[in-house]
Amino acid sequence: MNETTRQRRVDRAFRILTASCALVVIVLMGGILFELLRNSGMSMKEFGFGFLTSDAWNPGAGEFGAASSIFGTVVSTAIAMLLAVPLSLIIAIYLVEVAHPRVSKIVGGGIELLAAVPSIIYGMWGLFVFAALMQEHVQPWLGRWFGFLPLFQGPPMGIGMLTAGLILTLMVLPFITAVTRDVLQMVPPVLKESAHGVGATMWEATRHIALKYGRRGIVGAVFLGFGRALGETMAVTFVIGNSHRISSSLFDAGNTIASSLANEFNEASEPIYLSSLFELALVLFGLTLLFQTLAHFWVSRMQRQEAGSR
Amino acid sequence: MRLRSRTQRKVADRAARVVMVPAALAGIAVLAWILWEVISRGAGALNLDFFTQLPTPPGMEGGGLANAILGTLLMTVLATVIGTPVGLMAGIYLAEFGTTSRLATAVRFTTNLLMGTPSIIVGIFVYALIVLRTGHFSGWAGGVALAILMLPVVLRTTEDMLNLVPDELRESALALGAPRWRATLTVVFRAAKTGLVTGILLAVARVSGETAPLLFTALNSFYWPETISEPTANLTVTIFNYAMSPYADWQQKAWGASLLITVGILIVTVLSRFTLRDRKSRTWSR
Amino acid sequence: MREVRKSILALAAVAVVGALVLPAIAATTLNGAGATFPEPIYSVWMYKYNEIKGIRVNYQGIGSSGGQRQIKAKTVDFGGSDAPMKGPDLREAGLIQFPMVIGGVVPIVNIKGVGPGELKLTNEALAAVFAGDITFWDDEAIKATNPELELPNEPITIVHRADGSGTTWIFTNFLDKVSPSWHEKAGFGKVVPWPVGVGAKGNPGVAAYVQRVNGSVGYVEFAFAKQNNLSHVTLKNKSGSWVQPTIESFQAAAASADWESADGYYLVLTDQPGEGSWPIAGATFVLIHREQEDAAKVKAMFNFFDWCYDHGDEMAIEKDYVPVPENVVEMVRNTWRTDVVSGGKACYK
Repeated sequence: MNETTRQRRVDRAFRILTASCALVVIVLMGGILFELLRNSGMSMKEFGFGFLTSDAWNPGAGEFGAASSIFGTVVSTAIAMLLAVPLSLIIAIYLVEVAHPRVSKIVGGGIELLAAVPSIIYGMWGLFVFAALMQEHVQPWLGRWFGFLPLFQGPPMGIGMLTAGLILTLMVLPFITAVTRDVLQMVPPVLKESAHGVGATMWEATRHIALKYGRRGIVGAVFLGFGRALGETMAVTFVIGNSHRISSSLFDAGNTIASSLANEFNEASEPIYLSSLFELALVLFGLTLLFQTLAHFWVSRMQRQEAGSR
Repeated sequence: MRLRSRTQRKVADRAARVVMVPAALAGIAVLAWILWEVISRGAGALNLDFFTQLPTPPGMEGGGLANAILGTLLMTVLATVIGTPVGLMAGIYLAEFGTTSRLATAVRFTTNLLMGTPSIIVGIFVYALIVLRTGHFSGWAGGVALAILMLPVVLRTTEDMLNLVPDELRESALALGAPRWRATLTVVFRAAKTGLVTGILLAVARVSGETAPLLFTALNSFYWPETISEPTANLTVTIFNYAMSPYADWQQKAWGASLLITVGILIVTVLSRFTLRDRKSRTWSR
Repeated sequence: MREVRKSILALAAVAVVGALVLPAIAATTLNGAGATFPEPIYSVWMYKYNEIKGIRVNYQGIGSSGGQRQIKAKTVDFGGSDAPMKGPDLREAGLIQFPMVIGGVVPIVNIKGVGPGELKLTNEALAAVFAGDITFWDDEAIKATNPELELPNEPITIVHRADGSGTTWIFTNFLDKVSPSWHEKAGFGKVVPWPVGVGAKGNPGVAAYVQRVNGSVGYVEFAFAKQNNLSHVTLKNKSGSWVQPTIESFQAAAASADWESADGYYLVLTDQPGEGSWPIAGATFVLIHREQEDAAKVKAMFNFFDWCYDHGDEMAIEKDYVPVPENVVEMVRNTWRTDVVSGGKACYK
């Protein structure tokens, strides 16, 4: 065997090795889907599609429904996104366009650090510091002025859906801010300078040039934050109150799919209970897959449009 | 763009600033508050015992979280040893071989999905895969769960970094008669080295603070991790248990552990900054 | 697509090797998991036993439901539960069950200015509070038995367990016995459909929430209340007298227990007769398999339990748990002798 054929073989082996490693990702995704499906089979057979719409969760009687967990997941994520997206855009614009460069650098570093801080620390802060503030000041105030809305009725417990949503907000805030800031910083200075050159104000340059230029990156960041909020476990479990209940009041305790899993997965005693938790996990997995796929196609459509318009 | 009067535009700019600055400062203030609480409450818990002693039962003075620190390090190393090579190799495939092939496109898409998969789902998957099959909770299972979380991060960074390496470098290596694998491993990899190290560091930092995937895999323990095939102590599950307990001493230790993790992440972030900046100034300046 | 096929083969090879290697590494520690009710005393026993004998017993408090589930799945060597399993269920699952220690469940409150034992609640009032029928602390039904207390006009926040719990089982078993309306509404079990309130994980979690939330009420094993100086509630027992949770009142509740005729030691100690009995007492149990795979491990396990029975009483009393009576310990040892086998041979001599 001569040298070149040997080399060619080694090359092929290397190529196959790298391809197998790449395949691991697909195998893992398939594996997750397979294990979740396999283990939730019993629950699917027992409850059918009713699982998704029933809010009964009574392990003693062997009744399980995902509605309260799905409801809590949607509501807490909605609170977080409604507050975090505008606020993080504002902070990112402030850091890039308004703040003194030195301030921007220090604060930006702090935000990057906070984006990397584990979510359990947000949860702990929520329970030890934030919940007391909510119970003693924020919730009584909301109750006094907005108590006519069903959203803000009931005793102020400090723990509950609203607190969980706010902690989620704080958790995704630095994350979206950090990515948006990167995106805005990557806007070529020439573009902004020429806008200023023709007399545009800071706000106009930001709105019409920077935000438009970085649109794709920002949408991507928002979706990443959304995905995080949807599946977040630790930050929520500490403060949401862990009750399988659908309540019109944000003061009331609730739960999310992830918090139910964290609380109950290790102790589910009956096979049908465990299977229902697996199906709950499957629902969460399905939700994240769905939204990510949507995000993927949205962003790539934007990419095509941009390419077309140039 | 509709033309408006100069004053109108000025007012809009003013208004934007008036809304923006307080909102931004308020947001930043709350984030600073979180950091402050972690530092001020955690600092008191960090002493020599914290790093050298085993935990004591509630109500007994002293003790530390030495076993949990060691356990977290062990499982993070295990995750790195499993997750990094696979991620690197897969990244090489995407950047060097697959590029636009169907497999590569599928892998890229799936990697994004895996990156967005909630970590608690990965924990449940590993429970079904390893804990149920082996019959017990173990550090192995915890390490594997963390490795799965690391994999997509390392993979993406590798591909990005390799894509930054100019093609001329590859071509010249190949022209000199180097086989493809050697050209990749030596020339291309070396050129992208600092970027890769940074990516791996950040992935390590990310998984070292994960709690949810360890709840159903590594569980926790009061003792030193003697073998990795038993329930293994770790910082994050300990934080969860201690913070959710009524004992003042445990609560303080939970804050101490949080501070420790935060400082660890700070160090990694700063380190990666340095290597990145170093690299940017050398090869990225075009 | 040849590449893909080869990659799959390579992966399969790795997976097979992994599956062969992983389980081959044997564990050396005794692992247990389950009820959080006895965690304060178990953790002291384990700590001392490790100090003296160098044997590591690792017990994780994940709730009684978790204990039953993990021992059935054989992911631990022994399970802990304070909701006893019935004899037939035990035999079906191939398990035996035995009591380790007896304790009491106490309602705890966080009301400004109310110290331990100061608040008195009748059984009816207690059930109505947890059912969500009484919603403010200055309700007439509460004020009636507490004329000397300044009760605030604050809403009540119920803290209950979010996980499957033996403490919940004991507590709701009591409510179920004494309140017909509770029986209608929720019944009893390790998990019940709580009409109101927030959920917390484990006895520690309930204690932590009550500690943090103003105007809250929860229920925990007495050690959690005492160690953290939380305000327990004074209750009325079956014979109509007000009682405080103390080791004596737990002992009184356990006094009339008839262990001899309890199949699989299934025994409930709520609402027991006796002038000084605490109304919500209960034993906590350990579950192990009848068929053991590893003889050495069972031996180590029995050594530990023996040591707890022989040398653990003082530590238990210090934490306000009642040790299991000597004659019951002998019964338990007999059960070990006859019912636990490894490879066809008895494990306990």
